[in-house]
Amino acid sequence: MEIVYVYLKKRSEFGKQCNFSDRPADLNIDIPPNPELAAQYVERNPVDMGIQCSVSMSEHEANTERFEMETRGVNHVEGGWPKDVNSLELEQTIRFRKKVEKDENYINAIVQLGSIMEHCIKQNNAIDIYQEYFNDEEEVEVTDEASSAKTINVFRDPQEIKRTATHLSWHPDGNRKLAVAYSCLDFQRAPAGMSHESYIWDLENPNRPEMALKPSSPLVTLEYNPKDSHVILGGCYNGQIACWDTRKGSLVAELSTIEFSHRDPVYGSIWLQSKTGTECFSASTDGQVMWWDIRKISEPTEVVILDITKKEQLENALGAISLEFESTLPTKFMVGTEQGIVISCNRKAKTSAEKIVCTFSGHHGPIYALQRNPFYPKNFLTVGDWTARIWSEDSRESSIMWTKYHMAHLTDGAWSPVRPAVFFTTKTDGTLDIWDFVFKQSDPALSLKVCDEALYCLRVQDNGCLIACGSQQGTTTLLEVSSGLSTVQRNEKNIAFSQKKQSLEMDEEVEEDNTGEEEGGDEEKSA
Amino acid sequence: MIRKTEVEETLKRIQSHKGVIGTMVVNAEGIPIRTTLDNSTTVQYAGLLHQLTIKAKSTIRDIDPQNDLTFLRIRSKKHEIMVAPDKEYLLIVIQNPCE
Repeated sequence: MEIVYVYLKKRSEFGKQCNFSDRPADLNIDIPPNPELAAQYVERNPVDMGIQCSVSMSEHEANTERFEMETRGVNHVEGGWPKDVNSLELEQTIRFRKKVEKDENYINAIVQLGSIMEHCIKQNNAIDIYQEYFNDEEEVEVTDEASSAKTINVFRDPQEIKRTATHLSWHPDGNRKLAVAYSCLDFQRAPAGMSHESYIWDLENPNRPEMALKPSSPLVTLEYNPKDSHVILGGCYNGQIACWDTRKGSLVAELSTIEFSHRDPVYGSIWLQSKTGTECFSASTDGQVMWWDIRKISEPTEVVILDITKKEQLENALGAISLEFESTLPTKFMVGTEQGIVISCNRKAKTSAEKIVCTFSGHHGPIYALQRNPFYPKNFLTVGDWTARIWSEDSRESSIMWTKYHMAHLTDGAWSPVRPAVFFTTKTDGTLDIWDFVFKQSDPALSLKVCDEALYCLRVQDNGCLIACGSQQGTTTLLEVSSGLSTVQRNEKNIAFSQKKQSLEMDEEVEEDNTGEEEGGDEEKSA
Repeated sequence: MIRKTEVEETLKRIQSHKGVIGTMVVNAEGIPIRTTLDNSTTVQYAGLLHQLTIKAKSTIRDIDPQNDLTFLRIRSKKHEIMVAPDKEYLLIVIQNPCE
């Protein structure tokens, strides 16, 4: 309905000034309510309506840019001498002192302070206030707290182009420093301009690395020499072995020659127990394991080719991805290969063919971590494809325990140095799992999401409390595990592998029944 | 002059007690008046302990304005540092308490 109002005005009155006048209100249009329209609505009873009469405000958070702070102290060398006394002139200072000593105030003060002081000195000499009175009381163990782990610190790769943290090594004395090797493991996909540097971090200062190590090629592995904490061994991406002395600086102290080094990235490098403390060995996916003496690092002292058909053909050799050496068993070492087979070797064998003792197969992919249990060296942990497996040297057909198949690849694993039944694994979905198989066998005792990107490496500190894990973006996270997981439980040592012994015996019985089948299977696997 | 020997005696006595490593008298400006240790160590102790003493004194006074600091003892793993403050001077003794 159109609402129209018409008004008339004479042409002669156009442009005239407006004369306003009052008049009463005039109803122009009246639109009554239409009850049919009301039928389109549903009545709501009661109606709750919130009304607030206030100023509308909004909250906003902003994170400032990182502000680096440093605390520094000032060390005074000389006191505040008055202006007329030159502190370097012995005469003037002596004169000043003599003057002070004659002062009446000084004498009174010293005599009085002296008597108070003597009282306390005598007190100290009379009684030792920190004497232990209750030495015989044993600490009550509280073991029912829930296991937990918390992040203590995060060390980020200071470079613009982020590289994967591929290996970690704790400083052998005191564990206050951590060496991290950075490299890009994607084949030929390292971005141009990627730095080759690896860093040593001081745990107290996550803002800046304490020292940088500058090799000619990025480092894949890095190890502190357990005997001499200034020496660091590094395995390069181009196959060379490099050695640093942290006292000498960031540049390489010793470097192996390209012709005699590995032909592929060095994936494992470990120091050996020797009198000189200068021997080490390394393994790479080119199928060779080389022994070096860092005093003469231009050539390896010994080379073993990982050919399990024992013909020493480099073409047949299996590529090594991880290396294991336990100083309590100095003649044996183990190599984890890309093909999923663990090769156990004896260094002291007479011929090179006999160096390879036996093989263990069971993984479907490269074995990224290999470590003997520090309390039961006959048992070792392997981590590869989607599972972690525990093996016993006596049982060659299969592992004695294995985890379920996870949704992400497992990238690294390690035993806890204090608890025989605890081990740690990292996965490509950024989680760290802590397994305790005397407590729970099917799942990890604790599973933590450390970061969003994949975790590549893991290293446990010798006290079993601190764990460092490195990620694909070069971020190293330091975690502290609760005491429940890092202190030895009662009887744990006895329980941990006694079950395994039982299952081994059972396995042997089964073996005897199936000897025909088993052997056939074995031959196929090792070929 | 006569009284000066009292000072000498007092300091000598303190130094001769069992376990005492060093004795120093420092004024409020950090100038070592008498010390049995070397200059740089003394100045370092003087600077640091002076600040600590002032802080301790103000703490005591804050809690109770009628109270005042008479003595400060710092026990560390290696030894005990004892500070006797005065208006102008500080008497500092480092002792290795017998265990």
